[in-house]
Amino acid sequence: MGAGHWLRSRIDRFVDTRLGPDYEERSRALTVRQNEYGFDPFGFSLGSVKYAVLVSRWLYRSYFRAAVHGIENVPPAGRVLLVSNHSGQLPFDGLVIGMSLFLDADPPRVVRSMVEHFVPTVPFASYLLSRWGQITGTPENCRRLLSDEEAILVFPEGARGISKPFSQRYQLQDFGHGFMRLALETRTPIVPVAVIGAEEQAPAVNIKPLARLFGSPSFPVVPYPPFVPLVPLPVKYHLYFGEPIYFDGDADDDDDQIEPKVRTVVHRIQSMIHMGLRGRRGIFW
Amino acid sequence: MIVTGVAGRLGRLVARRLHRDPRYHVIGLDRRPFQDRPKDIEHHQVDIRSKRARDVFRIHRVDALVHMGFMHTPRATSAEHYSWNIGGTDRLLEYCAQYRVPKVVVLSSANVYGPRADNAQFLTEDAPLLAAQAFPEMRDLVEIDHMASSFFWKAREVETVILRPVHILGAVKNAPSNYLRLSVIPTLLGFDPMVQIIHERDVAEAIACALKPGARGIFNLAGPGEVPLSVVLRELGKPTVPVPHPLAKPIWRAAWRLGLNSFPVDEFDFIRYVCMVDASRASRELGFRARHSLRETIHAVLDSRE
Repeated sequence: MGAGHWLRSRIDRFVDTRLGPDYEERSRALTVRQNEYGFDPFGFSLGSVKYAVLVSRWLYRSYFRAAVHGIENVPPAGRVLLVSNHSGQLPFDGLVIGMSLFLDADPPRVVRSMVEHFVPTVPFASYLLSRWGQITGTPENCRRLLSDEEAILVFPEGARGISKPFSQRYQLQDFGHGFMRLALETRTPIVPVAVIGAEEQAPAVNIKPLARLFGSPSFPVVPYPPFVPLVPLPVKYHLYFGEPIYFDGDADDDDDQIEPKVRTVVHRIQSMIHMGLRGRRGIFW
Repeated sequence: MIVTGVAGRLGRLVARRLHRDPRYHVIGLDRRPFQDRPKDIEHHQVDIRSKRARDVFRIHRVDALVHMGFMHTPRATSAEHYSWNIGGTDRLLEYCAQYRVPKVVVLSSANVYGPRADNAQFLTEDAPLLAAQAFPEMRDLVEIDHMASSFFWKAREVETVILRPVHILGAVKNAPSNYLRLSVIPTLLGFDPMVQIIHERDVAEAIACALKPGARGIFNLAGPGEVPLSVVLRELGKPTVPVPHPLAKPIWRAAWRLGLNSFPVDEFDFIRYVCMVDASRASRELGFRARHSLRETIHAVLDSRE
C-alpha cells in the first residue's frame, strides 16, 4: 500500500512537471461538468486524462508533427459534429484531431468520439477510453452529448475506412447516414475534417483468409517488423478543418433524401483531401 | 394503504416514512413478522397468495397498494420464486381491479434493463427490458415489471406507477449493498463501469412522491450522480481483489456450489458493463430529487441500523 502510494505520487509529480503550466491553463479553460469526485456523467475525468495527454501530446507534436489548418472553423462553444475521413489501421487520426482541439484551438475543447460496441468488452480499454472522454457509439449517447452542447467526432466510414488496404489510400469509402440524421434531428452544424498522413501510416495489405479465420473484419499485414500494424510510421499529419455546414430537413426522411446531404459532406472532405495532397511536400516531412 | 414486503428492511423504512403522514393508515402485508412495529401500523402476517390477503382488501377501503414484497432469495428454487413473485403479483393486481384501489405503486428496478456492453450510457423508460437474456434469475423481476405495465394499460381507472430505482444502498439486504459489505471485495480486472446508486431513504421518498394523486406511469429513479465502481470501493476503504474475468466465473461458480458466497454468477455483469438510467422523467413529473449526496449514499451501506 505504502509503496504503491509513493510510486503513484512520484508518477503524478513527474506527469504534472512534464505537462507544464500550459496544460494547467488549458485544462482550466475547458468546460467540463464534474461531480464531487471529478467525473462527468459519461465517466470522463480530468484527473485521469492527463496521463493520456502526456503521451498523446508527444505523438501529436513530435512524432506526427501535426500541422493544423483552419481550426478557427470549429465553433468555440456549442454542439458540433466533426466528420472526418478514417484510415491507418489504428485510430491515431482520432487522437490527433482530439489533441488539435485541446492544444491548438482557442478556447480548447474536449472532443468525444464514438467507439465501437465491442470496446466495453475489452479489459482496460473498457474504462480507460471512457475516462478519456470516449463514448460507446450509440445514437442515444450522441444525441445526449449534442444536447449538452459538446463536440463529437465521427468517422462515418467506420471499419470500412480504418481497415482499408494501402492501395485505396485517400479514397473515401461509403459514408453511413447516421451522422446526418443526428445532425438534422439535433440541428447541429457539421465541420468537415480532412486528415492527410494517416492514410500512409500503416501501408497494409489485407489477408482475407486470415481475417475469415479469426472472424475479424480485416487482417492487415505491413511489410516491416512486427508485420502487424502496431507501430505507425512517423508520417507528417496535416489536418484541414472546413467551414461548418448547416443542414435543414427531416431526420426521418427516406435514404434518398438523406443521401445528397451526405454526399455534400463527402465532396467537401474529398476536395479538402485533394487540396491537402497538392499542398504537401512529402509523406514524412 | 397496503404495503407488501413491509417486514423487510426497505419495507419498514417505507412504512415508517408513510405512517408519519396523518392522511395514511398503513397496513403491512408480509409473511414475516414486523419487528419493532410502530403502534399505528396494522400488520397482517399472511402469504400474499392466500385468501386472508384478499380479505384485507375486502374489509378495508384501500386507497393505495405499494407492492415491494418480492422474493429474491438466490438459493430458493425458481418454482418457488415464480409462484411467489408472479403468482402473488397477479393476485394483488386482480384484487386492486376488483376492489377499485385507485393507486398502485410497484417497486421494480433499473436492473430490468440489464447490464450490456452496447447499452446507451443513460437508458430511458422506453428502453427494452433485456436483463433476462443473460441472466435468467432476473426473469421474475422483468415479468413483474411487464405485468405492472400491462395493468397500467388495462385498468385505466387505476393510477399505476412503476418505479425503477438504480442500485439501492443502505442497511437493506440486496445484492449491491451485500456486495459492498463484503470484507474483501472481488472486482473484474480491467473493468470499472460507471454506476448509479440511490440511498434507501431516497427510495422511500420517491414512493411517497408516487403516491401523490395524479402521478402515473413508469419512472426511472437515480440517485445524486454517477461514479466509477472503483470510486465507491475506494470511498469505503475496502481491500479489493481484481480477478481476470475469464477466471472469475468458474471460481465464483465453484464457490457458489460450496455455499461460500451468496451472489449468483451472472450478477458479475453488473460490475462489468454499464446499466444506468435517465431519471429526468421522475424529476419532471413526480418532483423527485435524491436528497442524499454521493458520499452519504455510499456510506449508507455501513449504517448498522437495525
